[in-house]
Amino acid sequence: MRLLTGFLSGLVFGVGLVISGMSNPAKVLNFLDILGPWDPSLAFVMGGASVTAFIGYRLAWRRPQPVFNPSFAVPTNRRIDAPLLLGAAIFGIGWGIGGFCPGPALTAIPLLAPGTLVFVPAMLIGLFLGTRSREAAARHATA
Amino acid sequence: MLPVVTTSFTPLASLLGGVLIGISTVMLMGLLGRIAGISGITLGALGSASDWGWRLAFLAGIIGAPLAVELVGGTVESTVSTNLVGMAVAGLLVGFGTGLGSGCTSGHGVCGLARLSPRSAAAVGVFMVTAVATVIVLRHAEIF
Repeated sequence: MRLLTGFLSGLVFGVGLVISGMSNPAKVLNFLDILGPWDPSLAFVMGGASVTAFIGYRLAWRRPQPVFNPSFAVPTNRRIDAPLLLGAAIFGIGWGIGGFCPGPALTAIPLLAPGTLVFVPAMLIGLFLGTRSREAAARHATA
Repeated sequence: MLPVVTTSFTPLASLLGGVLIGISTVMLMGLLGRIAGISGITLGALGSASDWGWRLAFLAGIIGAPLAVELVGGTVESTVSTNLVGMAVAGLLVGFGTGLGSGCTSGHGVCGLARLSPRSAAAVGVFMVTAVATVIVLRHAEIF
């Protein structure tokens, strides 16, 4: 059931990305280009997703545990630190260059655009390196 | 950088798509108790997470989505830059930044804001500003 839940959640997420226009970098860049041909559509994506999640999370948390797992795994770290801010800043620059964030880039794979097929492997390499840097910074901070 | 391609304002489709993303996020929390952060799910699926099974299944679903949309007669639009060096740099920055910053548009944006996490709110504020600034510099640098 966990595999099926994972697959169906991924499918619904991906269909949402396609329908909303999030998996189209041209639309994302026009959303970010507030001085150009501004397309505010993606504000509706973020709004619709966040409000739905806000309400749904509170319904889900009324149960003592999730349906197919023994406990909820929710991040507990509340510290706003340098790796968080630096990482977010670097991510934003890459998002502004390519118009892809991780989910839409994965969803766009089967369309086989050369730019997507270059972006995704580079993103995976970056994800490993960035995670290693975060772990190294955490070790340094506690040492 | 992609040449400017005009796109039309699609508030209803975007709202519907956003609600679907939200429903997927709630499914993961209610059924598995997990955060729908794509960078984190990807890392766990390809790395050493003990619960990599559902993560890999999630990735199969998200990659299969355009095929499902086309199967029911929908169209999938994705206009991607053909500057492959630029896309490689963009991919590295997006991957590195989300790894270092513990999340992306979904984990910090959707799930984090829904949890009212101050960490995620800070991350969203920072990446929105640098993303907008990057596009403005790349498209309108002559104004500076």
